[in-house]
Amino acid sequence: MNKKVFQILVDNTSGVLSRISGLFSRRGYNIESITAGVTADPRFTRITIVASGDDEVLDQIEKQVDKLEDVRSIKELRPDESVYRELALVKVRVDAVGRQSVISMTNVFRAKVIDVATDCLTIEITGGQEKINAFLDLLNGYEIMELARTGIAGLCRGSENVVYIN
Amino acid sequence: MVKCLEQEGVSVVFGYPGVAICPFYDSILDSDIRTILIRTEQNAAHAASGYARNNGGVGVCAVTSGPGATNLITGIATAFADSIPLVCITGQVNSELLGSDVFQEADITGAVESFVKYSYLVRDVDDIPRIFKEAFHIAGTGRKGPVLIDVPIDIQNATIRNFKYPDSVNMRTYKPTLKGHAVQIAKVLKELEKAKRPIICAGGGVKLSGAEAELVAFAEKYRIPVVTTMMGIGAIPTEHPLHYGMVGNNGKAYANRAMNESDLLIVVGARVADRAVSQPDLITKNKVLVHIDVDPAEIGKNAGASIPLVGDVKHIFEDFAKQEIVCDHDDWINTLNEYRYTMKKVRITNPEYVDPERLIHTLSMKMQEDAIYVADVGQNQIWSCAYHVVRKGKFFTSGGMGTMGYSIPAAMGAKLATPEKQVVAVCGDGSFQMSMMELATMRQHGIHTKIIVLANKVLGMVREYQHFTYQDRYSVIDLTGSPDLSKIAEAYGMKYIRVEKDNQIDEKLEELLADDASVIMECVIDPDDIVR
Repeated sequence: MNKKVFQILVDNTSGVLSRISGLFSRRGYNIESITAGVTADPRFTRITIVASGDDEVLDQIEKQVDKLEDVRSIKELRPDESVYRELALVKVRVDAVGRQSVISMTNVFRAKVIDVATDCLTIEITGGQEKINAFLDLLNGYEIMELARTGIAGLCRGSENVVYIN
Repeated sequence: MVKCLEQEGVSVVFGYPGVAICPFYDSILDSDIRTILIRTEQNAAHAASGYARNNGGVGVCAVTSGPGATNLITGIATAFADSIPLVCITGQVNSELLGSDVFQEADITGAVESFVKYSYLVRDVDDIPRIFKEAFHIAGTGRKGPVLIDVPIDIQNATIRNFKYPDSVNMRTYKPTLKGHAVQIAKVLKELEKAKRPIICAGGGVKLSGAEAELVAFAEKYRIPVVTTMMGIGAIPTEHPLHYGMVGNNGKAYANRAMNESDLLIVVGARVADRAVSQPDLITKNKVLVHIDVDPAEIGKNAGASIPLVGDVKHIFEDFAKQEIVCDHDDWINTLNEYRYTMKKVRITNPEYVDPERLIHTLSMKMQEDAIYVADVGQNQIWSCAYHVVRKGKFFTSGGMGTMGYSIPAAMGAKLATPEKQVVAVCGDGSFQMSMMELATMRQHGIHTKIIVLANKVLGMVREYQHFTYQDRYSVIDLTGSPDLSKIAEAYGMKYIRVEKDNQIDEKLEELLADDASVIMECVIDPDDIVR
């Protein structure tokens, strides 16, 4: 089972997200995460999908998505040519003793405490999925009360791979 | 799967086999469940709908994958629009091949997403008992509706190791509210005590809840006038003195006036949809609007209710009955009786043809008291709603979706639920031709229904619309080329009766209803006639 990150640029039409997610469920493809947001040009939306499957399936995903009328471009964001980031909000239950050590772990990961209550902390962490997973692993001894992850957003490195749409 | 249906007490399955549903149809041979081979899949859902509406349970149909499943969609959507409980089983290609566009593959769970209460794609054979239990529960409770179960052929062929049908369902999120809130119930009664001009508008929800007797008892106890929506016809006997007809743009003018002039409007089991209430602001202005529905999403969707009351209609009327209030609005009843008398529309009829009003009214009176009347869609439907008299029988039609061709398969399904009762389908020559292939099903399975065709050789409802909206520029409404119905009847071994003039109506209806045999009765009506 492999994993690929796809960058999809689509027309900003109503229902475009459901057309893409419908394609995945209809054909039984696995989505690990999906994020969408408007691009610098408001006519288009950038969708980043992390999909898993064997090579034939991943190849089919790329071709099937590309066939959709609203899709202007689909491109794999290969790890060596791209940057990925994910944001996670983590609410951890802490007592007076635990608070300090969670805060110091937060600092090591260059994450931020964004809300403090008597019995919990809410931490914002941004980074690659490995970094976020590593941080969550470190919190193993604590109770994670709530976790919100955005899924990956990604861009290719440099200027030569930028996709321009007319 | 068959064992699950047996556990649910299913006695009839309507359907059409194909490779992908063959394991199911093989197993059903060893069961007592009756199978009805329908002639096109859409009608399997309509027949199951007629069956469910008549016996109050859940209707079941089973078809094959791909085109079988997609043909079913209109039937499912029709049931969804009228909140009819169905469990629709579709065969599916081998689960390993899903998504690869193999022969007769269609993503049916995706395609019906907006027309079902819920759908399942079975991935593991051991889930079947739970899924069937849940499907029947979801279809038949709360706001009823169709549920689809898509079963890949390899799952149908697999064996469940320890079959045990669950006694109960355990669903975290699906918990419909049945009992009305006591505070809201008290509020309604308090408003009723104050009201000078109360009225009840009863919808299909009253019938789906089986609350007809409770509604009538409540209305009689406090002498509250009742109007109905199209789906609500039959919730109260048509000629009950407190009944003031169907509302809406195709309803009675005095029914709409009564609703608009009331100071307390109790909408019960109705959606306040566009055809019943074309101007929602009129039913909220200067009045208290009580909206009772089992589906909280319907309340406030089209008109903001002063008192929302979520719950099953039958439960709520039972709770109303536990309390006593005093109210008097005889003046209001007198006013409405005057409206009914003075606003009665007189139809202008053409003596060269059969008058639908006279035909339908006479039919109602000559039918057995508890007979079932199924109206199709088009002018025949509007006339049926206006002139059919429901006594102790039932009235079915495709209200929300307005699906032509509904009446014949639905009448078949209804007849199977109560073989001892008379069932009459009334359609036009357009809707007849949309489902006339089912005459073969009727003959094959010995299902005797009476079919009345109001024949005018045009698509009357569309023609009428083009008459008013496009100033008689008629487009694609001519049904020339329609078959000779006497020969169609002969071909299917049915009796044929033809009515051409009003003075034949009595005698021909006697002949139609004399025995239990299947009959096609063709009534020649005026193509220029209008329902308005």
